[in-house]
Amino acid sequence: MAGSGTAHMRNTVDSVLTVRDLTVEFRISKNKIVKAVSGLSFDVVKGETLAIVGESGCGKTTMARAILQLPPPNSGEVIFDGTDLTQLPKENLRSARTSMQMIFQDPISSLNPRLTVHQLIDEPLEIWDRGTRVERDERINKLLFSVGLEPDLVLNRRSYEFSGGQCQRISIARALALDPRMLICDEPVSALDVSIQAQILNLLLFMKETHGLTMLFISHDLAVVKAISTRVMVMYLGKICEVAPPDVLYTKPAHHYTRALLNSVPIPDPTKQIRTELLQGEPPSPMNPPSGCRFRTRCVGASALCAEQEPQLREISPGQFVACHHPIV
Amino acid sequence: MSSLLSIKNMSVNFDTPRGSLEAVRGVDIEIPAGMSVGVVGESGSGKTVMCRAAMGLLQGSTVNRTGTVIFDGHELTAMSKEQVRELFGSGMAMIFQDPLTALNPVRRIGVQLSEGLRVRLGMSKSDAMARSKELLELVRIPNAAAVLKSFPYQLSGGMRQRVMIAIAISCNPKLLFADEPTTALDVTVQAQILQLLRELREDLKMSMVLVTHDLGVVAGNTDYVAVMYAGEVVEYAPTKKLFADMRMPYTEALLNSIPRVDHKSGTRLTVIAGRLPDPTNRPVGCSFAPRCKYAQDKCTTDHPELKTDPDGHIYRCWFPIGESL
Repeated sequence: MAGSGTAHMRNTVDSVLTVRDLTVEFRISKNKIVKAVSGLSFDVVKGETLAIVGESGCGKTTMARAILQLPPPNSGEVIFDGTDLTQLPKENLRSARTSMQMIFQDPISSLNPRLTVHQLIDEPLEIWDRGTRVERDERINKLLFSVGLEPDLVLNRRSYEFSGGQCQRISIARALALDPRMLICDEPVSALDVSIQAQILNLLLFMKETHGLTMLFISHDLAVVKAISTRVMVMYLGKICEVAPPDVLYTKPAHHYTRALLNSVPIPDPTKQIRTELLQGEPPSPMNPPSGCRFRTRCVGASALCAEQEPQLREISPGQFVACHHPIV
Repeated sequence: MSSLLSIKNMSVNFDTPRGSLEAVRGVDIEIPAGMSVGVVGESGSGKTVMCRAAMGLLQGSTVNRTGTVIFDGHELTAMSKEQVRELFGSGMAMIFQDPLTALNPVRRIGVQLSEGLRVRLGMSKSDAMARSKELLELVRIPNAAAVLKSFPYQLSGGMRQRVMIAIAISCNPKLLFADEPTTALDVTVQAQILQLLRELREDLKMSMVLVTHDLGVVAGNTDYVAVMYAGEVVEYAPTKKLFADMRMPYTEALLNSIPRVDHKSGTRLTVIAGRLPDPTNRPVGCSFAPRCKYAQDKCTTDHPELKTDPDGHIYRCWFPIGESL
C-alpha cells in the first residue's frame, strides 16, 4: 500500500506546516542508495496533533528531521508559516526554527550532561536575547513549574541526577522556552515506564492546550497515538498507507497494513484477545523497495496489479484516505 | 498441582555506598508445572533481580541472597555453583531483554547455538550443527543455513531474539525465564515472538516465567500473574481472575495508566503520581501508600502482610478493592 498522492491535503489557510513531495535518500556506497522517505506529502492544520505511526525503519524520524532541515531533504517543499524552509538562507532558517521545536526519544542523552538545568533552559533565551537576566530567570522558574518540577530543587542540578521522566519534563520546558508554534515529538515516551509515560502524555496534552501548540507526534505505539492525536498517518517504507482521524482508523482500518499493526497491539484484557492475521516477516530493505505498492510483499490482499502500479491516496470515507488498490471495506 | 519452581521467602540485598539496597524482599512464588507465570511491575520493582537470583546468576561479595529456591526437587540454594550450572540448559534457561548484547558479537550464530548441544547433550560437532539448523527452522528463521554462518550484527532485532530463543530451548529445558523478551522490539515483531513462545511452550511442554512491564503482554500469554512493587509481590492470582477482580490498588492504577487501542481517542490517562520509593530507604508502612489514592493512616505506619482469599487470590493491602471499609 504504501503509495503516493495528495488527495488528503487540505490546502487551507490554517495550515501551519505543509510538506510536498518530500524525498530523503542516503548514499551509502557508489551504487547503494537508501530511500528513507519517498515523495511524502501532508499538511498540519493549526491546533492539530498529527501522529505518524510505523515500524522501525519506515522513515518517521528521518522525515521529522528533514522538516527541520537537519539535514535538508533531497527534494520537496517544507512550507512552515508561509515560507519554504528548503529555500531559506542559513541565518533565516535559524530564526525560523525558534518557532518549531523538537523533543527527542532518549530524554537523558538529549540533554547536555555538563550543563545545569538552569543553563539548559537559559541557553535558547540567551541566544535570542529574550529579556533581562531577571526576566529570563523568572521565565525559567515559570517553565519548570509548569512542567511539574520544583525550580529551587532542580535549577542547579545536571541531567544525570534525574530519572528519564524528569529529563523528559526538562526537555519539554526547554522546547517551550521560546514559545514555539509547533512541537515535533519524536517517540517522546517510548523510553519511559508505563506509569511515567501516562504522566508525560498528559503533560503534553496540557501544554498543547495552554500554549495553543500544533504537534507532530511520532510513535510506533498505536495505543499511545490514540490517546493524544487528532489525525493519524500510517507510514510504511517511506510512503503513506493511510490517513484518518483516530476513531475511524482504529475501528475501520482500510489499509491491510493498518489492520495488521492494530492486530499486533496486546490488549490488557484476557477476555479480549484478537489475534487474527498477524503480520509475518520483516520489512524489505529500503535500498531496494518492492515495485508498485511497497507493502505488497507482506500483504494478504496483494494482487498482480499491486506489483505493477503504485496505489494513490484516495478518500474512501469522509476524512479517511487510503493508498491501496484493494482496501478493506 | 505440583510446583516446578518454588521460591520461599527470598530476599536479595546489594551492599552499596549508600547502605544496603533491598532489591527483593521476602518473595514467595510457586511456578506450577506446565504453566506460564507473568511477573509485572515498573522498572526497579525487582523483577529481573528476582529471576536472576532464583537461577543463582547473581554473584559477588556485594550480593546477599536469603531464602530457599526449590527447582524440580533440587534445593538450588543448598547446591554449589557447579551443581546449579548442571541444570542450566536442560533444566532451566533464560532469554534476556537485549538480544544484541546477550549474544557474543565475535562468534558466528552456529557456534553459539551448538555450544550448549555439545556440552550438555554430548553431540558431535557435525550433529550439533545439523541440530542447530533444525532449531533455527523451529523458531521460523528463513534461510537457516546462511544464518548459522552469520554474526549477530548482521541480523535484525527480531531475528536475534529468535536466535536467543533457539539457544534457550536447544537442550529442552523444563522452565524458561523470559526477561522482557519483546521490550526492545517493534509491536509487529513483538506479536510474532509472543506467538512463537506460545507455540513452543505447547509443543515442548515447557513452563515459563514471563517478566514484563506490559499488562497487555501478560493478559494473552500467561496463566498466573505476580505483580511486583518495590521488591515485593503485592498480588498473585490466575490471570483471568486478576483482570476480572483486582484487589490491589497498585495493580488497578497500573492498568488505568496504560493507553489502550480499545478506548475512545483523546481519553485522558489516569496517572500514578510520584515514583517508586528509594530502595535504600523504603517507607515504614505499605511501600505503595505514598502514591495510593485509597491510603489511610494505617497504611503509612504498618506494613501489610500477604492475605489469601478463600479462592487463592493473594494480595498485600490493608484496604483491598472491593471490600467495604
